[in-house]
Amino acid sequence: MRAFSYERPASIEAAAQAAAGMDGAKFIAGGTNLLDLMKLEIERPTHLIDVNRLGLDRIEATPEGGLRIGALVRNTDLAADERVRRDYALLSRALLAGASGQLRNRATTAGNLLQRTRCPYFYDTNQPCNKRLPGSGCSALAGFSRPLAVVGVSDACIASHPSDMAVAMRALDAVVETVRADGTTRSIPIADLHRLPGDTPHIEHVLEQGELITAVILPKPAGGKQIYRKVRDRASYAFALVAVGAVVQPDGTGRVAIGGIAPKPWRKEAADAELPNGAKAAAAKLLEGARPTDDNAFKLTLVERALSAVLSEARG
Amino acid sequence: MQSPGAIEISRRDLLAASAATVTVVSAHSLSHAQTKATTESQSTKVTFKVNGESRELRLDNRTSLLDALREHLHLTGTKKGCDHGQCGACTVLIDGRRANACLTLAVMHEGDSITTLEGLGQPENLHPMQAAFVKHDGFQCGYCTPGQICSSVAMLEEIRANIPSHVTRDLTAPAEITSDEIRERMSGNICRCGAYSNIVEAITEVAGRKA
Ligand SMILES: Cc1cc2nc3c(=O)[nH]c(=O)nc-3n(C[C@H](O)[C@H](O)[C@H](O)COP(=O)(O)OP(=O)(O)OC[C@H]3O[C@@H](n4cnc5c(N)ncnc54)[C@H](O)[C@@H]3O)c2cc1C
Ligand code: SF4
Ligand code: FES
Ligand code: FES
Repeated sequence: MRAFSYERPASIEAAAQAAAGMDGAKFIAGGTNLLDLMKLEIERPTHLIDVNRLGLDRIEATPEGGLRIGALVRNTDLAADERVRRDYALLSRALLAGASGQLRNRATTAGNLLQRTRCPYFYDTNQPCNKRLPGSGCSALAGFSRPLAVVGVSDACIASHPSDMAVAMRALDAVVETVRADGTTRSIPIADLHRLPGDTPHIEHVLEQGELITAVILPKPAGGKQIYRKVRDRASYAFALVAVGAVVQPDGTGRVAIGGIAPKPWRKEAADAELPNGAKAAAAKLLEGARPTDDNAFKLTLVERALSAVLSEARG
Repeated sequence: MQSPGAIEISRRDLLAASAATVTVVSAHSLSHAQTKATTESQSTKVTFKVNGESRELRLDNRTSLLDALREHLHLTGTKKGCDHGQCGACTVLIDGRRANACLTLAVMHEGDSITTLEGLGQPENLHPMQAAFVKHDGFQCGYCTPGQICSSVAMLEEIRANIPSHVTRDLTAPAEITSDEIRERMSGNICRCGAYSNIVEAITEVAGRKA
């Protein structure tokens, strides 16, 4: 691990200012992704700003009838919150399907959203990888790509976004609140937070250097049956090959977001509109323009089947 | 909880101090002063409790909580398996909650209370979970065992605190202690020797005794 300086700012404003104009500065929350990558020198911050004690660890009701989830709320506490279990079961389920009890106790809402891909070549510093080393090439295209993305990909990168929580947040129309170094704030719909790789796969989200996530807002409860179905190589403690997060209303309408198949949680309005017509029709819309490899083409079938299982569970 | 301002020397103070010095010295000293400031700011003083005892350390910022415990405080009960959050051998309790000590920095734990296997019980005075692991042969080589024991003690508390799991059927009903629940909730602790069945038996016995 490279050496770095460390600070624990006293306020949210101070935290955002501390990172401004310092390219090597990074926020550290739970540290479960950042430290993992720092040990491998894939992440090499020169300065760490610890945002753990800024009072961002609360879940509050909003005047609109939704919830404001502090950026530092731990995954365990979010999944266990009574309001979330009752009104946003999809979110609890997605969180509980991810990582382990120990990791969820440390992992935070913001850190989870910004966690980086699990592409094996991103982790293997001996291999070319455009995300890790821009311009070096993509080893996954002709390599082991079974866990990687089939939609939203580019010739430069086919990495998938690993988060379970983000899939639920996408289906629930969450909005990310941030504060920038100059003190201004903005609200970013989760759909716009992550970027597709294009020819700059190393740029993964729209946040500026030093822009601190302060909260994630959930609109008022969506109702319906809320189901998260994660398909993986082990029954526990494994990343998703395909995950379906759905809210299905009694009349068959609803919304669906998919994990494991794209560089960001994947949702299509056209697919939501097809939900009453069944899994095949909705999956076709979700997978439009898919560019699978030989290794991961199975995901096309798996999306339809997992969605089909979710829709029949919702009816049952 | 510790106030955020308590860090002994902040990077800003150091940079400000070196900047003040260099206004009166040569360019050569300038680079020297900055290098010095950088090296010093790469360590931080931290005070936390370990197994009830207050410990004060000045540590390179890179030191994981795991390395602080093992290399600096010589509490070698906590094991290093993967050092990447994948095996659970390093599980300790931070303010009563289980966590992977390899994926957190020691300097982030100012004012926290850490409990390691040594703090749960000692050979002459075993924690009930330690005794149950011995009784049920909940190990072979024993390398994963400290992590398994710390994890299982905190895991039972999580069930009592009504924290749900992936296999909890009804999110609005109280969490239950079943074998399925124990297996799912312990999935962050890998045992290369495959002592899982006996581990579940040990935990089940302790859970039943306390329930
Ligand atoms: C073995 C293992 C298995 C896992 N399995 C799963 C799984 O099955 N499903 C899953 O979804 N995840 C899984 N994870 C990933 C885990 O969920 C993430 O590591 C965790 O959510 C990251 O949160 P954190 O708070 O620890 O982030 P950190 O590591 O602290 O930070 C991650 C990134 O977010 C940035 N950041 C943090 N907070 C803020 C903020 N407030 N504002 C702006 N930027 C910020 C940091 O600078 C950093 O770039 C697994 C991890 C491990 C190690
Ligand atoms: S898919 Fe993306 S992350 Fe993986 S090797 Fe290619 S460029 Fe790197
Ligand atoms: S050593 Fe920490 S999880 Fe393996
Ligand atoms: S007892 Fe050997 S690894 Fe678990």
